[in-house]
Amino acid sequence: MTSTLPPPERAGLARARISARTLRTDRWWVAPLLTTLGLTAFLVYGLVRALQQDHYWAADHGYLTPFYSPCIAAQCAPEAAHFGRLPFEFPWWLPYAAISLPFLLLFRFTCYYYRKAYYRSIWQAPTACAVREPHKRYTGESRFPMIGQNLHRYFFYIALVISVVNTYDAVLALFHGEQGGFGIGLGNLVLLGNVVLLWCYTLSCHSCRHVFGGRVNSFGRSPVRYWLWTQITRLNTRHMTFAWITLATLVITDLYVALVASGTVSDPRIFN
Amino acid sequence: MTKRTFNVWRGDGGAGALAAYEVEVNEGEVVLDVLHRLQATQAPDLAVRWNCKAGKCGSCSMEINGRPRLACMARMSTFAPDEAVTVTPMRTFPVIRDLVCDVSYNYQKAREIPSFTPPPDAKPGDFRMRQADVQRMQEFRKCIECFLCQNVCHVIRDHEENKESFSGPRFLMRVAELEMHPEDTADRRAIAQDEFGLGYCNITKCCTEVCPENIKITDNALIPLKERVADRKYDPLVWLGSRIGLRKGADTPLPPNTRTTTATPEQ
Amino acid sequence: MSETTRHNYDVVVIGAGGAGLRAAIEARQQGRKTAIISKSLFGKAHTVMAEGGAAAALGNVNSSDSWQVHFRDTIRGGKFMNDPRMAELHAKEAPERILELEHWGALFDRTRDGRISQRNFGGHEYPRLAHVGDRTGLELIRTLQQRVVQLQQADAAELGHPEAMLRVFAETTVTELLTDASGRIAGAFGYVRETGEFVVFEAPAVVLATGGIGKSFKVTSNSWEYTGDGHALALRAGATLINMEFVQFHPTGMVWPPSVKGILVTESVRGDGGVLRNSEGERFMFGYVPDVFRNQYAETEEEADGWYADPANHRRPPELLPRDEVARAINNEVKEGRGSPHGGVFLDVSTRMPAEEIMRRLPSMHHQFKELADVDITAGPMEVGPTCHYVMGGVEVDADTGAARVPGLFAAGEVAGGMHGSNRLGGNSLSDLLVFGRRCGIGAARYLDGLAGERPAPAAADVERLAEEVAAPLRRDTGENPYQLHQELQQTMNDLVGIIRRGPEMEQALESLEKLRERVASVRAEGGTAYNPGWHLALDLRNMLAVSEAIARAALTREESRGGHTRDDFPAMSPQWRRTVLAARLAGDRVELERRPLDAMRPDLLALFDREELSKYLTEEELPPAEGADTASKEEK
Ligand SMILES: Cc1cc2nc3c(=O)[nH]c(=O)nc-3n(C[C@H](O)[C@H](O)[C@H](O)COP(=O)(O)OP(=O)(O)OC[C@H]3O[C@@H](n4cnc5c(N)ncnc54)[C@H](O)[C@@H]3O)c2cc1C
Ligand code: SF4
Ligand code: SF4
Ligand code: FES
Ligand code: FES
Repeated sequence: MTSTLPPPERAGLARARISARTLRTDRWWVAPLLTTLGLTAFLVYGLVRALQQDHYWAADHGYLTPFYSPCIAAQCAPEAAHFGRLPFEFPWWLPYAAISLPFLLLFRFTCYYYRKAYYRSIWQAPTACAVREPHKRYTGESRFPMIGQNLHRYFFYIALVISVVNTYDAVLALFHGEQGGFGIGLGNLVLLGNVVLLWCYTLSCHSCRHVFGGRVNSFGRSPVRYWLWTQITRLNTRHMTFAWITLATLVITDLYVALVASGTVSDPRIFN
Repeated sequence: MTKRTFNVWRGDGGAGALAAYEVEVNEGEVVLDVLHRLQATQAPDLAVRWNCKAGKCGSCSMEINGRPRLACMARMSTFAPDEAVTVTPMRTFPVIRDLVCDVSYNYQKAREIPSFTPPPDAKPGDFRMRQADVQRMQEFRKCIECFLCQNVCHVIRDHEENKESFSGPRFLMRVAELEMHPEDTADRRAIAQDEFGLGYCNITKCCTEVCPENIKITDNALIPLKERVADRKYDPLVWLGSRIGLRKGADTPLPPNTRTTTATPEQ
Repeated sequence: MSETTRHNYDVVVIGAGGAGLRAAIEARQQGRKTAIISKSLFGKAHTVMAEGGAAAALGNVNSSDSWQVHFRDTIRGGKFMNDPRMAELHAKEAPERILELEHWGALFDRTRDGRISQRNFGGHEYPRLAHVGDRTGLELIRTLQQRVVQLQQADAAELGHPEAMLRVFAETTVTELLTDASGRIAGAFGYVRETGEFVVFEAPAVVLATGGIGKSFKVTSNSWEYTGDGHALALRAGATLINMEFVQFHPTGMVWPPSVKGILVTESVRGDGGVLRNSEGERFMFGYVPDVFRNQYAETEEEADGWYADPANHRRPPELLPRDEVARAINNEVKEGRGSPHGGVFLDVSTRMPAEEIMRRLPSMHHQFKELADVDITAGPMEVGPTCHYVMGGVEVDADTGAARVPGLFAAGEVAGGMHGSNRLGGNSLSDLLVFGRRCGIGAARYLDGLAGERPAPAAADVERLAEEVAAPLRRDTGENPYQLHQELQQTMNDLVGIIRRGPEMEQALESLEKLRERVASVRAEGGTAYNPGWHLALDLRNMLAVSEAIARAALTREESRGGHTRDDFPAMSPQWRRTVLAARLAGDRVELERRPLDAMRPDLLALFDREELSKYLTEEELPPAEGADTASKEEK
């Protein structure tokens, strides 16, 4: 469009010139600060662990950390590779789960909640509501590359598949009892808890809400989708909570598996 | 009854400053009451816009201690006893005088959205819609057009130049509402992105935070609209379909002459 | 002083509430170039505050409903003082108007089979109020506002500019109507609030839709806009106001905290099961059912409670009596020392419904009490008391066209009189706005047809004089503060012409008004012309005074009690007085009253009531012959 708005505002009128960046008197900078710290901590931990290429598989109990699932490098412990291995060895900079991690990262990177979180805290657009942002120009997600955020739904589909893989890992781990066969240890509970919460996070996704029901206009005529939409909506209102909880459970799960795998702690058994 | 310090922005045409007043405050009062007392006792020409004094009309939008709020719903008891209260006009819109802004931007944006378009053969009384059908949109229709969300949205608050290409949360929400209407036949998804600037929104949720009607603008309107736009514009199958002429339905264009006009208002 | 801008229109609608917008939409649909003028921003008019719903006999919830039953309820509510033709048109056309709104995009709450749901309300025999939670007025005004935009878009496509045929002048106040030498309407004069600039609208037809007068009273549910401008403009243009003595006090306004005293608590609270109790915990309304309503209302709590679920086999709870009855009852309880701590009574839903249900059905009430009074209505009772809410009186108009007695002047909505008689039923206003708004639009278009292109011209001298008058308060170096004068006026009306009236008090009120008039004539506004609220109030005071005088004078003259007019010294209803309508007109700058006979009801309409009921209202000679009434009431059943 070449047009401009008809001088929308009457000539001579201008905004109130208030030089203060904000007149807010509360501690508005706390939330973005905590977000930055939280996200950085997770990323640093994740990076270190993904590149460690060790302590990912507690062979005695069949615990595989989600950071290495599916384990597809040739170096992978054979029993840990539930979906087979590639014929070549991975260099030090390539995580064994190179097939899933990038997508999980993209899934979370394009997640509507994380977008909010890092736009505010890291990109500072805006740092907090009614606080002037430091950028000269702003085009948001309207241009390349940010327009790519619209691909979120495709990462969601992939994330669904990865959630199935993680579930499979967690279920398999149930059949590594001390005496062989079915058994439950603390590690199983950790893995299962993590998987359940991952499902909560994945299913509470906004794209999920849209595909399963939101896109329909007449709910009266599609009762099943309406039901699905209602359920997903209930989860969706807690999407932010799940986003943070799953970061924590991922770290806890991974750490636990690492500790058991490295023999630092032994896994308390509950049954067999 | 206690005395409080009120710093009120006074001025016009962009030139102005905070003026300090010592004013009486009684139990149960809201900021608007105090402003009215200022008018009646110390500043008879203090310009404030208000109507209902019950949070229903959305006239009394301003910024109180830096937060966009309705003055008639800001209870004095929520401030610390010795805290000074600073009241300024909305920052995103030009000031007419004191606390009153020119909000015509919003009416201009409202006028650019293609209206509700029922099926051509439908007659009044034909619609059969379930509560489930209307409930989603009813949330958006709670909007009292206070324009606080428009004011707080950083896309235009911090970037005047974006006003042309961005309609703001209130009106993107209106587009979402029409798109969800079971009896509507227009398709505004393409213009939502290209003309109303949905892509500018980075879903940082300030609009939701300030909405006095507690409408979940971002979660229930803007994100679902982004998803619908993705259906239309960023779906490879749809893209292919429209390339080879298989896509059904047409994009509704911007209503002609609503942004630029070819005539004067009163010919 | 700033210069004057001129505009030319076919129809100028003053007021952008439900009535004004509906009239403007109709005038534009009739092909007339139309302007809408409003004191506030577009979409903020008082109509947004309406909560409960719009009454229309759609029969979606109870199929026994029909326009006849609606008509009968309206007449009963108005204590037979209604203009019968208006009540008839209203009852007949309301359903169409509501469905039309839905077609323009309104989203009413739905029944299970997908139609518009309807709720119970005081004085309505069946569930009749189309509603959207408790924000129906907002839905109505937003829909009309969006309809205006839709028409503007059509004009933009066709004529090149959205405002070619229909333009909104927001934040513009009309201070006077302009007439030509023969007294016909020629336009309107006003100022732009934002700048103080003067504007002249030249137009052969003006529709008044300025709403009510509540700001003349201290405790009111009305906003600053309700200064009775339209009433006063009409008076000064030579038109007449009828029924001004009938002012509705809504029984349930907030009473605490003081700063929100008067803000409305919607009647739906009672329609959905809320009950009124005094400080002794008694549901006192059972003791206040008047004789005329005796057999329609429950006598025990069990019977009343049964009604919500099974209305066919129970009589209605007395909480749902017409507003005037409930307001008087509350007034009495408080006077006799059984009031709540802040001088009201208790209205309770918390013990009647689970919390989620309250949140769903009464969301904005919950919000309002939580935010303003820090009371959680799902956990405890609200404190409520009467508040000035609505004026039944208004411009005397022709029922079919909305034409006032001045050629070219039309009125619709709260500013028009007659439709509601001595007391308006809840929900009847929103439908009234739509029905008569539309009729005014058509009426104005037909009037223009009759003029055949001739355009009455305002006298240039008038415009200059008006500009002088309007600017005067700003130029004075001395004079009283308008806020102070306003307070005194409100106090006078509240204390002396309030809910219960006495002859001597009203005489005193008239004297006080007389004195106020002189002081208002020399009121001073400090500051400049741009958005100066003190100045605006100074100008509104004149209108409030004129209206207050009309109310006080009419109230003093009517020596009976009926609906929104209760005289301590004449507590009974008088069939003789029922036949008399008091019409106020301006003589010099004083209000004078004329007596007019009320139109008789057509026999077929009269037959909707049984003779026994009629005999409570009508004089012997007006009653239909005995057997005729019997057969008619049988047919009806
Ligand atoms: C709290 C509350 C709740 C209510 N609930 C209900 C309900 O549930 N159901 C129901 O049926 N009714 C209800 N009513 C009554 C109903 O809302 C009003 O009677 C109705 O909205 C009046 O509409 P109107 O179009 O006549 O005027 P309004 O909507 O009041 O509009 C008046 C317009 O005139 C303009 N105006 C006034 N003076 C001037 C001037 N001098 N120059 C230019 N413009 C001017 C104003 O700016 C405004 O735009 C309620 C009223 C209140 C206060
Ligand atoms: S969520 Fe989008 S529309 Fe809302 S304030 Fe943020 S950027 Fe603006
Ligand atoms: S969406 Fe909320 S904040 Fe925005 S204008 Fe409407 S009521 Fe105000
Ligand atoms: S995962 Fe967060 S929105 Fe999709
Ligand atoms: S005055 Fe109406 S919202 Fe505050």
